[in-house]
Amino acid sequence: MAWHALFFYFFAILACGFALAVVFAANVVRMAFYLILSLGATAGLFFLAGAEFVGSMQLMMYVGGTLVLLVFGVMLTAQGPWVSIRTSGGDWVLAALVGGSLLAVLVPTVLRIDAAAPQPTAAKEKVASETAVPVPAQPTATRIGLGLVGVPTADHSGYLLPFEAISIHLLVVLVGAAYLARAKRRAKPLAAEEDEL
Amino acid sequence: MLAVAFQEIGIAHYLVVGAIMFVCGAVCMATKRNALGVLMGIELVLNGANINFVAFGSEFLNRNPQYGIGLDGQMIALFVIVLAAAEAAVALAIVLNFYNNHATVDVDRADELKG
Amino acid sequence: MTHFLIETLGFPPTLAGLVVALWACFLLLNLIAAGALFFIWLERKVAGRIQDRLGPTRVGGKFGWLQTLADGIKLIGKEDLMPKGADGLLFKLAPYISFCASLSAFIALPFASGWVGLEMNAAVFFVLAVLGLEVFGVILAGYSSASKWSLFGAMREAAQVVSYEVPLGLCAMIPVLIAGSMDLTKIGNLQAGWFTNWYVLHDPFTFITFWVYFTCATASVNRAPFDLAEAESELVAGFHTEYSGLRWSYFFMAEYGSMLLVSGLGAVLFFGGWNGPIPIASILGLTNSDSGWAYFAANLLGTLGFLTKALLGVTLMMWVRWTLPRLRIDQVITTCWKYCTPIAAVMFTGVIFWQALGIPTLGDLLPPRSSRTVDGKAVGRRPGEVREAWMSAVVSKPQRGAAEQKTADTSAVTENQSARDGQHDSTDTQPAVQSTSAAPSNK
Repeated sequence: MAWHALFFYFFAILACGFALAVVFAANVVRMAFYLILSLGATAGLFFLAGAEFVGSMQLMMYVGGTLVLLVFGVMLTAQGPWVSIRTSGGDWVLAALVGGSLLAVLVPTVLRIDAAAPQPTAAKEKVASETAVPVPAQPTATRIGLGLVGVPTADHSGYLLPFEAISIHLLVVLVGAAYLARAKRRAKPLAAEEDEL
Repeated sequence: MLAVAFQEIGIAHYLVVGAIMFVCGAVCMATKRNALGVLMGIELVLNGANINFVAFGSEFLNRNPQYGIGLDGQMIALFVIVLAAAEAAVALAIVLNFYNNHATVDVDRADELKG
Repeated sequence: MTHFLIETLGFPPTLAGLVVALWACFLLLNLIAAGALFFIWLERKVAGRIQDRLGPTRVGGKFGWLQTLADGIKLIGKEDLMPKGADGLLFKLAPYISFCASLSAFIALPFASGWVGLEMNAAVFFVLAVLGLEVFGVILAGYSSASKWSLFGAMREAAQVVSYEVPLGLCAMIPVLIAGSMDLTKIGNLQAGWFTNWYVLHDPFTFITFWVYFTCATASVNRAPFDLAEAESELVAGFHTEYSGLRWSYFFMAEYGSMLLVSGLGAVLFFGGWNGPIPIASILGLTNSDSGWAYFAANLLGTLGFLTKALLGVTLMMWVRWTLPRLRIDQVITTCWKYCTPIAAVMFTGVIFWQALGIPTLGDLLPPRSSRTVDGKAVGRRPGEVREAWMSAVVSKPQRGAAEQKTADTSAVTENQSARDGQHDSTDTQPAVQSTSAAPSNK
């Protein structure tokens, strides 16, 4: 158990520390780097919580995909004066007030959850018993795979609909992003523009 | 609060980490003038929420079996990761268009619609 | 090994765990370091022979065995430079990020049955995920060098690696499809026996898949003909132009480590990993005996076979590098999206149909069934058998009475599965049996 606590604190301090570093860094490339490390530490936390598939997915898609995209964007726009844009002092004070009060509300609430446990309802148990298919004990990745295909178990009724919705959503978003980021053609040839000037 | 820190690692510990990441992301969104900094804040917020979901959906951390949401936690975390990727793609396309049109990524300069 | 330490030598369990973990780290690090040492020498020899010259012949005897050591000593003694406009922190950290990504992926790669850093049930996914993190070291190195050529090299490499993750993932999914698990140890165990059980000979689709996998793997680790990031004739040295001395050597250890990793992954997925073409350990009776030392010897033979296969893969990559000319960046991306990805997708569909229709594979046709057993348990797939037979029970909305019959079906099938999975089915039964225990209690 000591190992679990040790690794939890290691990853937690890395994740929170680099998140704070993102807030306080001024150089946008360093912000991106600290974010990568913070999300990598989050993946470590996922592995510790037993969600290996989600942890691997975080590493592959979030860190290895979304953040690469972000870093590309940073490289394309981090030219000269846009590398470090400083925020004024007044903004910092306001943000600290808002952030601090949010943290002060969240943390004590979170620490009190053990005392306020919900009771399972009778309706939920009835639904579970009617639609459950007894599935042999499987490792997490298999359960996730079966859930995505729509196999209902005692805990859930399958995730086929959200899976399909997300697939279509992703397709639409990527088509839209590709359209938005296309290279724009000029309406008139350059020579004609120079004549007008 | 110190008493909790020395107990066995449970859901509360994960939720505190999630809360800290969420607040960092929110402050990032509020204070950064670079549009890409705001995007990074959004990623931090989504990750804070993901940590919460995975903590509730974990079988190892549950000391109170009525808190377990089972596979739902991991599934929602997966969906959030996919949606975050989609949203980051669109947001980056918007930022790049803004940069191409205004030659700046400073969000304070995006005030053409200001009344 | 933990048992040995706790029971024979009387270590406390925490210390035993720590010692075993440190020993595993030591072995993996030495594998990469010694591997890099060997591969650099091998590359120079192979390059020399292909170019009709000898390569290193002076240091350490007639074949130049210690040439890499001499190179290493020279590199350590070099001046530690950093360009004037460079971002100090990122410049210094970038080689370590590349190296760490390459090393971390070895956590999940099994060298023999049970000899793996961490036996993960999503091992294939983990290895592919961590391989994709190497690109950050390259991007940061290119950016923080404050040099245009480095930045160009870094951008090209990032685009290339991220693009090739797609066909690489598709090709790696095909053996997962055949085996029914992402656990690399299980995939290796299912290919036990003679070489006819190897997945590369499973059906023509997987055979073609292996070559597509090899192409994508070569592109993923930035080896020629896909090595624009280091294009020596165009960009000086691409993203590592401004690096000298020991920092530069970290990039190269990362590159050779990744080459060994993708070759090793291909060996496990397609060539049976530690199961040789001839099951020597089985023939010698090592796998059937109860003695721990016989098991160790069998695994050792397996590891040697696995390393030989990985070495052959790396040598093939080197051979291709010095034979083929370099591709342009647009040709690289075209190869990925217009050739590799559609071919991988078609192979995926082909393998699905081959499995679902139960068409016999090479392993089913020859040799005879008795040699397909390992430790008395049947290995491999019987023709016409669909693995998840209990899935056919889920066709329409299940009725209350039918749930009891399904429980009986599933318990029979669970035993079938554990008989087929060989030695490592303990990981299957460990997670809390929530559904099967909840279902009867809800009636």
